Amino acid sequence: MLEGIMVGLGTAFSLTNLLMVIGGCLIGTFIGMLPGLGPMSIIAIMIPVAISIGDPSAALILLAGVYYGAIFGGSTSSILINAPGVASTVATSFDGYPLARQGKAGKALTVAAIASFSGGTIGAILLMIFAPALATVALLFHSAEYFALMVVGLSAIAAFAGSGQVGKALLMTLLGLIMATVGEGALFNMPRFTMGVMDLQSGFGFITLAMAMFALPEAMYLVLDPSRSNTGGGSSEIKDLRITRDEAKAITPVIGRQSIQGFLIGVLPGAGATIASFLGYAVERNIASKEEQEQFGKGSVKGLAAPESANNAACTGSFVPLLTLGIPGSGTTAILLGALIALNVSPGPRLMVDEPQIFWAVIISMYLGNLILLILNLPLIPYIAKILAVPRNYLIPFILFFTLMGAYIGQNNATELLILVGLGICATVLRFADYPLAPLLIGFILGSMLEDNFARSMQLYDGLGFILERPMTLGLLALAIILVVLPSYRARRARLRAEGAADAD
Amino acid sequence: MALDRWIALVILMICLAYGYAAFFTMDGGLPPFMKRNPIWPSTFPKILSVLAILAALYVLLGFEKGADDPKPMDINYRRLTDYNLGQALILLGLMAAYALLLRPAGFLPATTGFLIAGACVLGERKLHILLPVAAGAAGVVWYLVQEVLGIFLSPWPAFLTNGG
Repeated sequence: MLEGIMVGLGTAFSLTNLLMVIGGCLIGTFIGMLPGLGPMSIIAIMIPVAISIGDPSAALILLAGVYYGAIFGGSTSSILINAPGVASTVATSFDGYPLARQGKAGKALTVAAIASFSGGTIGAILLMIFAPALATVALLFHSAEYFALMVVGLSAIAAFAGSGQVGKALLMTLLGLIMATVGEGALFNMPRFTMGVMDLQSGFGFITLAMAMFALPEAMYLVLDPSRSNTGGGSSEIKDLRITRDEAKAITPVIGRQSIQGFLIGVLPGAGATIASFLGYAVERNIASKEEQEQFGKGSVKGLAAPESANNAACTGSFVPLLTLGIPGSGTTAILLGALIALNVSPGPRLMVDEPQIFWAVIISMYLGNLILLILNLPLIPYIAKILAVPRNYLIPFILFFTLMGAYIGQNNATELLILVGLGICATVLRFADYPLAPLLIGFILGSMLEDNFARSMQLYDGLGFILERPMTLGLLALAIILVVLPSYRARRARLRAEGAADAD
Repeated sequence: MALDRWIALVILMICLAYGYAAFFTMDGGLPPFMKRNPIWPSTFPKILSVLAILAALYVLLGFEKGADDPKPMDINYRRLTDYNLGQALILLGLMAAYALLLRPAGFLPATTGFLIAGACVLGERKLHILLPVAAGAAGVVWYLVQEVLGIFLSPWPAFLTNGG
């Protein structure tokens, strides 16, 4: 492990990669602050740039920097103007915005910066311990287990993503898998489901789909509802960044607990930063003393520190399944996976063995990124916050233009842009009806890998026998079914009970 | 019927067509030696289509419990006309126009035009700021893509660059 850390240090501290971290964090913070633009859209827009860098470590470092930066920037806009740019910082605004209203915006930003920094750093340490251990276990897996593991991952995402509507999430996952079968795969030497359209011969472009699923609907929502991009008002004077000794003492245990809890939640597929931050907030409120509980929601530093450390630790945690199993647990890591595949790197347990410099450079760059964000956030925030006021009339055409550009650079094909617009309209309509879009993209990205592993096991065992002959495969598939069936079963029972109670009244 | 169930119906139709192709039309062209393989190109799509049809039926028939409470940040599609629907549609049209014009008109004119038209649709009237910003941004992006990333983008209309 020590050897790996040295390799990582060597790679991460090269001048290019340092610039990548700094650049990524800056871009992420700037764009993340703009309300309505989440990390997924930003990363989707950045992918063509990252891919054209060519060096996978540099590209991944850049994208990871953008990711932390976006989460960080999101918390800034939650605190200052009560407009969370990212779902995972909604819980930050519960206590951050009241603090800012009391004129303690500087203090709130300091607490948020320290909590994020600690959450991210503790998360990175845990990642360093967990990931190699998990990768060692994963090396024992065969294609049958891989297939089963991906099915588990996909069902977990369907079960936990979305607002508890498992059916819809499952349908979206399957739709993503179906879209992945379009085009000519490596497995069979024939095009499938192209309906004779030449442009579909190579399948749907992953960047196009990512843009259409996230960036375009976000932009359409901004157009439809101008209040979403309301940036004016609140960003008044920010002064007095200091926190008192008592406050520091109060938030230390909170940060410690929530970093670990957030990390563990982040590791689970489908959960991720949003759930981690809400759960962190709820847990801290429940275990706080009576008079401290009164303060929650009215500007408690504990209530601010909890979601901030949890969501940053969870972002780091979500890298564990990506780097060790090659299975993304969230929409954002799914986009990162797609970028890695485009760069000819296949994440999975072999990554640590074959290309340790990528693995360790990413982990080292996490420390660096957190440090840079701390340096960036504390002294520069008052100035950065002024840039928040980009006029909407300029912002939206530029977002649309960058989405178009991203799809065009990826494929160099103008038809791709029409596909992008078409899919974007579909995605917006799906979002109206509360269909979760992340499962679709994750299904799309995992689709070809899933089919590859399925086909390999079928060939090795000459049929579906592998499911019964390998107990681990059977166990994992059973787990997948439980994950999908259990939540809806429990929801139905709860609903039936509620209806029964209503009838009895 | 709520929008989400209409969508489920549309997806069901797509899945039925997909399943039909997988079950009945795909295997026709399969070479004989492939038929002895335990897995065919249509095997995985067959499984997917069955599962997806089941999932679509599950949502369509209303087994899915409704969303508990509408999220405050989200848009209520039942009142879509209260929002700036026209602007959104025009912008989508502009994007399609951009896609069609990018090659024939060249990158610089198409992009500048798109940015200006987009901002005007959204209500920007300060043309003396908008024009230089749009032209400048188009130039900078063209330079970055062409020179830094090394991806060819024909800058001017096709008739100026020798059919380029």
